[in-house]
Amino acid sequence: MKKLVILGAGTGGTIMANKMRKVLERDEWEITIIDKFKTHYYQPGFLFIPFGTYTKRDVIKPKADFIPIGVKYINAEIDRIDGEHNKVLLNDGVQLNYDFLIVATGVRVVPEETPGLKGELWHKNIFDFYTIEGTTALSKFFKTWEGGELVLNIADNPIKCPVAPLEFVMYADAYFVERGIRDKVNITFVTPMEGAFTKPRASKVLGNLLKKKNINVVPNFYLERVDNENKKIISYDEKEVPFDCLITIPIHMGDEMVERSGLGDDMNFMLTDKYTLQSTKFENIFVLGDAANIPTSKAGSVVHFAAEIVFENLLCAIEGRELTGKFDGHSNCYIETGFGKGALIDFNYDTEPLPGSFPFPGIGPFGLLKETRMNHYGKLMFRWIYWHVLLKGKEMPIPSEMYMAGKKL
Amino acid sequence: MAQKEIAGKMIDLDENGYFTDPDQWSKEVALAYAAEHGDTLTDKHLEVIEYIREKVKSGQTLTIRSIGKSGIVDIKGFYKLFPGAPLKKATKYAGVSKPASCV
Ligand SMILES: Cc1cc2nc3c(=O)[nH]c(=O)nc-3n(C[C@H](O)[C@H](O)[C@H](O)COP(=O)(O)OP(=O)(O)OC[C@H]3O[C@@H](n4cnc5c(N)ncnc54)[C@H](O)[C@@H]3O)c2cc1C
Repeated sequence: MKKLVILGAGTGGTIMANKMRKVLERDEWEITIIDKFKTHYYQPGFLFIPFGTYTKRDVIKPKADFIPIGVKYINAEIDRIDGEHNKVLLNDGVQLNYDFLIVATGVRVVPEETPGLKGELWHKNIFDFYTIEGTTALSKFFKTWEGGELVLNIADNPIKCPVAPLEFVMYADAYFVERGIRDKVNITFVTPMEGAFTKPRASKVLGNLLKKKNINVVPNFYLERVDNENKKIISYDEKEVPFDCLITIPIHMGDEMVERSGLGDDMNFMLTDKYTLQSTKFENIFVLGDAANIPTSKAGSVVHFAAEIVFENLLCAIEGRELTGKFDGHSNCYIETGFGKGALIDFNYDTEPLPGSFPFPGIGPFGLLKETRMNHYGKLMFRWIYWHVLLKGKEMPIPSEMYMAGKKL
Repeated sequence: MAQKEIAGKMIDLDENGYFTDPDQWSKEVALAYAAEHGDTLTDKHLEVIEYIREKVKSGQTLTIRSIGKSGIVDIKGFYKLFPGAPLKKATKYAGVSKPASCV
């Protein structure tokens, strides 16, 4: 029996388990997937929990529901990969051999990396919404909050879904307007970047939106520490921003398993060929999703597009052919802008987000880089698509390669 | 893209003032280019710049945090050397393209 092992049963790992089981003969290939948790979280839904749009129930399902029959699911913590000997070691001492390995262990937020962040005020006045614990604690806090300085800070890049922090402040604006206390809430967006977003055209459009919504932007702020006593965040060059409620996007790092395996960079992201999606150290290891160090967004949409490339290249490798799949870094994100509207951006390694319509040129229905009601519905629809289409590895009506038709240069 | 004479050499720069060809870089060019921006480079600056060039040559992404782990300076020290926007300034003087660490 030949063996395919998948590390991580999140978005990427689950998609690959479904795709590969369909094409690999059961009497020739054993497929195993490993994850330390039993619950699958719909992470994009975390954004909506603080504002009461979703509750915890809306974003969780058992992981096992999405693992196809014929795939062995092991609930355990991965200790490390021994690439020289084609082996994976689990924490409980179990060892697994593989012919091919897919690493999809994602990223985690590490508030401990910033002095004072996980201090006295943690989950009292300081919250993250990138974990289920953080976002549910914040939802409780908002219910009785009467206003003050609401500060959102991005500690460093890269982060998952780089538009989520922007969506958060725009959603907060709408939420406090609806609660009738917007005049008591001062919203400030504090970022290490030069502007609202990483890509110039989108940054300008989004920056103007923030201004229109009366949201302050503090750019070029690189967080050093949090002063719990005086409720301030302080940058490396001694700039200070006071807060009553701090929403932090903590430093993101790959899993420690990557470090123990010696296959990552200094932030524990897997060293990955950005076109073939192979590990740069071992040809029989492929990397999918947030775990990779490739220069594109860490987002579910990227995972979906990249999964098609990993699928193609893994089959090439299994059959001993030259790899034909080449990833272009394709990413697209719905951006919630509040009041029932949303925007959409679409980009890749070489092309920044441009205005236009998507996926059908001139028709849409989604408008690129502009606020429309349709884009908002797109985002809400995405949850259904995620559970029912995406995770199961079914075909989506969007090609993995980005195309320029429908975009305005 | 534009050409500019720095320390007697013709250098290709992009619209933001970053080198488009890292091989056109030399220590003299770096010193002169920094001086034009009002910065004086010490040996410490140059050590950081060499580190950046090495990292970029090996295809690795560059972040402020990774420079803080270089063993040459910590992040605070990096800010002191290149006040304001350290990564931007340092990569400019290092003759490499604008860091793509944020997407
Ligand atoms: C607030 C928020 C909003 C977002 N919004 C959007 C959006 O609007 N659109 C979008 O496209 N994307 C969005 N995303 C991003 C998207 O959710 C992720 O990019 C995507 O889920 C990544 O998939 P992945 O398979 O790489 O990792 P994950 O789905 O995170 O899976 C990694 C898995 O590996 C397991 N694992 C890791 N290490 C080990 C170990 N040592 N042992 C055992 N198991 C291990 C983990 O338990 C986890 O289950 C958002 C994310 C957040 C947090």
